[in-house]
Amino acid sequence: MSAIVIIVFAPLIAAIIAGLGNKRLGLVPAKLITTGALVLACGLSWGVFIPFWAGHGVTSETALLTWVASGDLRFDWSLRVDTLTAVMLVVVTSVSALVHVYSWGYMDEEPDQPRFFAYLSLFTFAMLMLVTAGNLVQMFFGWEGVGLASYLLIGFWFRKPSARAAAIKAFVVNRVGDLGFMLGIFGVFLVFGTVSIPQILHDAPGLAGSTIGFLGQRWDTATVLCVLLFIGAMGKSAQLGLHTWLPDAMEGPTPVSALIHAATMVTAGVFMVCRLSPLFEQSPAALAFVTVIGAATCLFAATVGTTQTDIKRVIAYSTCSQLGYMFFAAGVGAYGAAMFHLFTHAFFKALLFLGAGSVIHAMHHEQDMRHYGGLARKIPWTFAAMLAGTLAITGVGIDDVFGFAGFYSKDAILEAAYARGTGVGQFAFAIGIFAALLTSFYSWRLIYLTFSGKPRWDGSDHIRHAVHHDHAQDDHGHDHAHDGTLGYHPHESPLSMLVPLAVLASGAVLAGFVFAPAFLSEGAGVFWNGALVFDESLLHAMHHVPEWVKLAPAGVMLTGLAIATYAYVFNPAFPGAVVARIGPLYRFLLNKWYFDELYAALFVRPAFALGRVLWQWGDIGLIDRFGPNGAAWVVARASRGAVRFQSGYLYSYALVMLVGLVGAISWVIAR
Amino acid sequence: MSHVPILTLMLIVPLIGAVFSLMAGRETARVIALAATLIDLALGLVLWAQYDVGGAQWQFQEHADVFAGFAWKLGIDGIALTLIALTVFLMPICIGASWNAIEKRAGEYYAAFLFMETLMIGVFAAQDVFLFYILFEAGLIPMYLIIGIWGGAERIYASYKFFLYTLFGSVLMLIAMFWMANAAGTTDIPTLMQYDFAPAAQNWLFLAFFASFAVKMPMWPVHTWLPDAHVQAPTAGSVILAGVLLKMGGYGFIRFSLPMFPLASAHFAPLVWGLSIAAVVITSLIALVQTDMKKLIAYSSVAHMAIVTVGLFAFNRQGLEGSMVVMISHGVVSGALFLAVGVIYDRLHTREIARYGGLAINMPHYALFFLLFTMASIGLPGTSGFVGEFLALLGIYQASSWIALVATTGIILGAAYMLYLYARVVFGDQRHADAAALPDLDAREWAMMLPLAAAVLAIGVYPEAVLAPIRKDIGTLEARVALARPRGDGQVTTGAAPAPVVAALTAAPLKGMK
Repeated sequence: MSAIVIIVFAPLIAAIIAGLGNKRLGLVPAKLITTGALVLACGLSWGVFIPFWAGHGVTSETALLTWVASGDLRFDWSLRVDTLTAVMLVVVTSVSALVHVYSWGYMDEEPDQPRFFAYLSLFTFAMLMLVTAGNLVQMFFGWEGVGLASYLLIGFWFRKPSARAAAIKAFVVNRVGDLGFMLGIFGVFLVFGTVSIPQILHDAPGLAGSTIGFLGQRWDTATVLCVLLFIGAMGKSAQLGLHTWLPDAMEGPTPVSALIHAATMVTAGVFMVCRLSPLFEQSPAALAFVTVIGAATCLFAATVGTTQTDIKRVIAYSTCSQLGYMFFAAGVGAYGAAMFHLFTHAFFKALLFLGAGSVIHAMHHEQDMRHYGGLARKIPWTFAAMLAGTLAITGVGIDDVFGFAGFYSKDAILEAAYARGTGVGQFAFAIGIFAALLTSFYSWRLIYLTFSGKPRWDGSDHIRHAVHHDHAQDDHGHDHAHDGTLGYHPHESPLSMLVPLAVLASGAVLAGFVFAPAFLSEGAGVFWNGALVFDESLLHAMHHVPEWVKLAPAGVMLTGLAIATYAYVFNPAFPGAVVARIGPLYRFLLNKWYFDELYAALFVRPAFALGRVLWQWGDIGLIDRFGPNGAAWVVARASRGAVRFQSGYLYSYALVMLVGLVGAISWVIAR
Repeated sequence: MSHVPILTLMLIVPLIGAVFSLMAGRETARVIALAATLIDLALGLVLWAQYDVGGAQWQFQEHADVFAGFAWKLGIDGIALTLIALTVFLMPICIGASWNAIEKRAGEYYAAFLFMETLMIGVFAAQDVFLFYILFEAGLIPMYLIIGIWGGAERIYASYKFFLYTLFGSVLMLIAMFWMANAAGTTDIPTLMQYDFAPAAQNWLFLAFFASFAVKMPMWPVHTWLPDAHVQAPTAGSVILAGVLLKMGGYGFIRFSLPMFPLASAHFAPLVWGLSIAAVVITSLIALVQTDMKKLIAYSSVAHMAIVTVGLFAFNRQGLEGSMVVMISHGVVSGALFLAVGVIYDRLHTREIARYGGLAINMPHYALFFLLFTMASIGLPGTSGFVGEFLALLGIYQASSWIALVATTGIILGAAYMLYLYARVVFGDQRHADAAALPDLDAREWAMMLPLAAAVLAIGVYPEAVLAPIRKDIGTLEARVALARPRGDGQVTTGAAPAPVVAALTAAPLKGMK
């Protein structure tokens, strides 16, 4: 059996065993099976990736089973591996394996662990089906499968009303995107007569100049197809307009946020655009759309991120913003840079989330950064890991010497946007630079609020609860400390959590330096080997951008750091003063641009109201009243048999009618 | 091919069972019913195994003249085969669902069910229009009794409504059948399927049949009997109503309307499309605000069956095959959902959604099955619900992108109302002590849930099992309605392609440009 089959199906089998075995199987066996399967898949995935990295990987497709054959339409279950898939394989299985290990410690007190681990493995299986898809429908299978796993994991603590609501929201908002994806697949079949991805990409150049009728208008064919498919990507990757589910998804356990809502699932949209890059290349209009949406999301999420106080929500908005970077990179044609940012982001964002989880673990489930402070010495390893993640996301580095992971990928994206030379590219570049400033600010703000300064733990109900609980245990009755700690002692997380942090931290430090040559440099076309469109001329243009363009990211990064340091270290009164000054703007950002309120007013409440009206007035008030009830009334009046209708004899009456009818037929025929 | 008249045998076995169970007490009657339905299931498996895929169009034909041109004529093609298989698959599960729930007049109850099985199989196997008519209409009687006698508090109103609606349609259909028999000089369905009626006649014939089939489907706005019937029917009644009886409408379109009146079908396609997309949006929104579990699922059935009509009236391969798969899948999934409601109704005797909550805690296995069926209803890929829905919608897209767009919004609304239902029943905290004390599935319920779950996954992963037997017959139908196929609003053109691109186009021709 080939390695890819084991990589994909080991997590599924483990999920089934752990999920169905559940508590009868026992906690430890369930965890061992799922984690073991993932470690195995991870090892094999690197085995698949390394030949591609070395430049001699062979694109392969393993057919498993016919799925659907209907007329000209035919698609199979199959596993396709090329460079793009190989990159995704290592990202998915590595982060997933680390998250499995991490969850041993993080979910230790949870009685329902087998279910949790089964969901994690199920997710991994669906994600792997997505990235190995050789046709659009299997990609859609994985797409929906990760959606299901995401739904189940967001709602893992299903007793909480907020978790329940967030789970539904995630699924339904994603379905809005799926509407576009499905119509896109239909359109692709109409145009190409196939849903096979290699075939579509091969035929895509023939689209130039062709038009298609859609919703009564005539459009450029490639534009219609790409925009429809991209709407699907917008849902899954939480782009502006369809992003509202991602912050709420933080209701799920933190390891889930790291795996699904940072490193893997939310990047599926970016993967899709890169996978279909030869098709997107046929439509400058669609690419411009991708660029604008990506840039807008990048800016929107970064602005919101600066005001949030929940540590997970800050990182969630950061994720949303970074996805925007990836999309506008793809939009300007720098698919390699988009994929590279996806790759590095997976490491440092998973690291930041797992680090946040470690902080939350230490702070007894408190997530509000306003109640943190002074944690650097209490949980030094977590601090170090978070620091590495922050250096990576803000893109610290010096050209031609060394940089943290984000330095290579984000700078490449910004240079590409500038070098593209189009108006949309310039727009994206400008926004990207500003968002980089905000990224640096909110990332360092998070670090300062959490780790530096004096403890502000006394404001936290969680901590007070924990301390009170300890008090009840020992009767010494010592006084509360008056240093803001309430006498609470945060503990560093266990090894099972620290080891994944260490591995991811080394990824955040080294991934850029080690892998940038393969993904980005001259000759990266050999590495990609046709798996995505790699534009050598854009790469040359990137080398010749003005010096200020190259220095700008570093400049804004330092500016953001400086502002954050001033506001949260030297002059703690500063943020309050600014907020007082820009009150309405602050509230606008704090309330996330009022998207949730807007959607509730535009879609959610009207849907329910409309449902009630259609039911009470339409079905009952109109159809029933003038239909069957009206008929009954007429019949009753005509026969004066109203009593019979209400006394339960109706069925015998009706029976007689039918018998009579059958008799009449027989008579007519026999005549 | 075997010489045993297997179809007649399949009709007689439940009939004999019905006679015996009429005379038996509760304990004996249910055993008889189970035995009879299991024998029919076994016969159905034999039928399936012996059916020659790709062979003659009509197989297992039986013929006996009764009197004056009225004939006992049976025979099946792949389309009938899959629907008969669905019927015999669901029947033992219905008996299982009634096992403890039915206490009064049990002998008559099981007799009614067995009688209905005979009628349902007969409808799919009939090859004579009048035989079809009698079986089709007689199918009302046992269902009517099941709702009227063993139903809930409002059972009389529900059964009356059910009857009134369906009778209205059937009278018109009967008149049309007489006219057809006169005009074509035959009552043989296979012959009529190739007979070309005059275009003007086709229009009113189509409308007459439409009146009957639209009610049975049910299509908006003649659907309001369905929620009441479901709510009042006992669990097994709902399973068979949603599982098989609704499929008779779709079967009618496939067997009569499309092949016999292809021109009229094309003419009225916009009407069908309009009613269907209205149903998708309207009934989905109504499902969203329901507080009664059965009513919610009943409204969702209307929305799902609208996808069937949309697919059928796309007149192309994917639309027709997709509609068939939706029918089979919906039969299994909605049956399973009504069963899932029945499982907790048996325990708590209420269908009120608000009375439940947190069932995942005390009924984890139940929660898992319910999740699977919910996902199948939503159309998650990998379950049976996806394949048909995807094909049917893909089919209609080739005819009209507008209709496809509106019909596809069903995937959003469907997710909303089903997940909202699931969240309120299975998720959340345990708010009521009695609901929190409900025990998980017992052995009998496992035995009913497992086959349904297996079918949902099997059809989802390998739908070829359903597609293979119908392929040839759908092909015949597709050829028959080919002249009705609308031009489609896609119309991909090369436009003003620059010279080198034209060269590329000829190298890689696009499907839409042929």
